Amino acid sequence: MTGIVGYGCYVPKRRIKVEEIAAQWGENAETLKNGLLVREKTVPAKDEDSVTIAYEAARNALKRAEIDPQEIGAVYIGSESKPYAVKPSATIVADALGITPAVHVADYEFACKAGSETVFVVYGLVKSGEIKYGLGIGSDTSQGAPKDPLEYTAAAGGAAFIMGNDNVIAEVIATYSYTTDTPDFWRRDGQSYPTHTGPFTGAPAYFHHTLNSAKGVMEKAKMTPKDITYCVFHQPNGAFPLRASKMLGFTKEQFEPGWVAPYIGNTYSGCSLLGLASVLDIAKANDIILVTSFGSGAGSDSFIFRVTERLEKVRNNAPLLKYYADRKQYVNYATYAFLRGKIKMRED
Amino acid sequence: MLTIPRNWREKPQRYMLKGGKCKDCGYTMYPARKVCPKCHSENIEIIDLPREGKILTYTVIYSAPEGFEDFSPYAVAIVELTNGARLMLQIVDTDFNNIEIGKKVSVVFRRLFVEGKAGIIIYGPKAIVED
Ligand SMILES: [Zn+2]
Repeated sequence: MTGIVGYGCYVPKRRIKVEEIAAQWGENAETLKNGLLVREKTVPAKDEDSVTIAYEAARNALKRAEIDPQEIGAVYIGSESKPYAVKPSATIVADALGITPAVHVADYEFACKAGSETVFVVYGLVKSGEIKYGLGIGSDTSQGAPKDPLEYTAAAGGAAFIMGNDNVIAEVIATYSYTTDTPDFWRRDGQSYPTHTGPFTGAPAYFHHTLNSAKGVMEKAKMTPKDITYCVFHQPNGAFPLRASKMLGFTKEQFEPGWVAPYIGNTYSGCSLLGLASVLDIAKANDIILVTSFGSGAGSDSFIFRVTERLEKVRNNAPLLKYYADRKQYVNYATYAFLRGKIKMRED
Repeated sequence: MLTIPRNWREKPQRYMLKGGKCKDCGYTMYPARKVCPKCHSENIEIIDLPREGKILTYTVIYSAPEGFEDFSPYAVAIVELTNGARLMLQIVDTDFNNIEIGKKVSVVFRRLFVEGKAGIIIYGPKAIVED
């Protein structure tokens, strides 16, 4: 049996409310909140980045996996907010967790799908017997340009998954990927903020890929939404995944446990994986979980998992998402602008 | 500031919180030293230090040294880990009025220093107060 043997998450403590950003730009907060279905988002501290977030999430995953870090044969981080343009993030995390040096390490990139991609690849390596355990992490501290609609949702956070063939807490039943070349959202090299094509990010990009990928994996597993306990989608805001779940025929009960964007925001590569972590925080043995990520450019990875008895034994080895979600320190727009490097400081 | 080679050599203590334990008198230290400061034994083993402890004393820095201006004001504490090893750590994510002697802390992994816009980023331990 191949699947998840450990999972962990991390989101920074600071938050900014939609009201605070809306007040800065003279926009109507209620209209924005009703449209986006996001109330607030996480903000990283000045000394946090996608590496420190990946580290904390992965350490939590190791606590649940109860394995020797030296047995991990691959460490991959998916992110679109790497601290270095050239120099891998995953080497830092692998070293700091005591996984190096006999390990294959790489950074992945595919907009918001980079995180699920790492899980997809380590799953394949583990299943083939090439490695004993593999660690896949999605972690981001992404930014929206000031006054851009993305500024209300672009958040920071991450989740990590260790895959293996024994002591599995959630078995992989099926995987499926759906990908096309779609120019909905991009960031050119050297640019601080991404560019997106407004309404074009919806129907032909997010919905087309998410729905086809979710349908594809259910068909492969010979399942329908009725067979699935919980569904998790990528969450660029709160509204898109809610609409996707309804279009596929899922209920509120199936969807809400993995719906994290309303109180965390869009954590990009961490997003669908944080949703999965949030579901694993409450799931019971034999529950079936569908996860479909989405990355602009564009593609969706899907997984169907079946939870095992072991999940409940290791769940409390590390903090639940709720622990991090409840730890909050609100900041105003000026502090947010400073923390995100939007204030020009003296350089001498 | 730390040179790149020194920083790289010090990775075990900063990344993994590796410390030393005197095999003769049991004294624990961070970082590990060649000679035990208590009994002068050279019989030191490298150990993984626990990532939990308590605040022994602390101070708030308002006038930060070069390279740390972004963090000021910030708190620095002498932390005693659960096995007795003591080390100095910056306290992060915590209101100053919540920092008190005796409070429990956990070690977290953060950016310690960023060398300008083009230089290296140095990561290592800091602490948060556990409520
Ligand atoms: Zn001694």
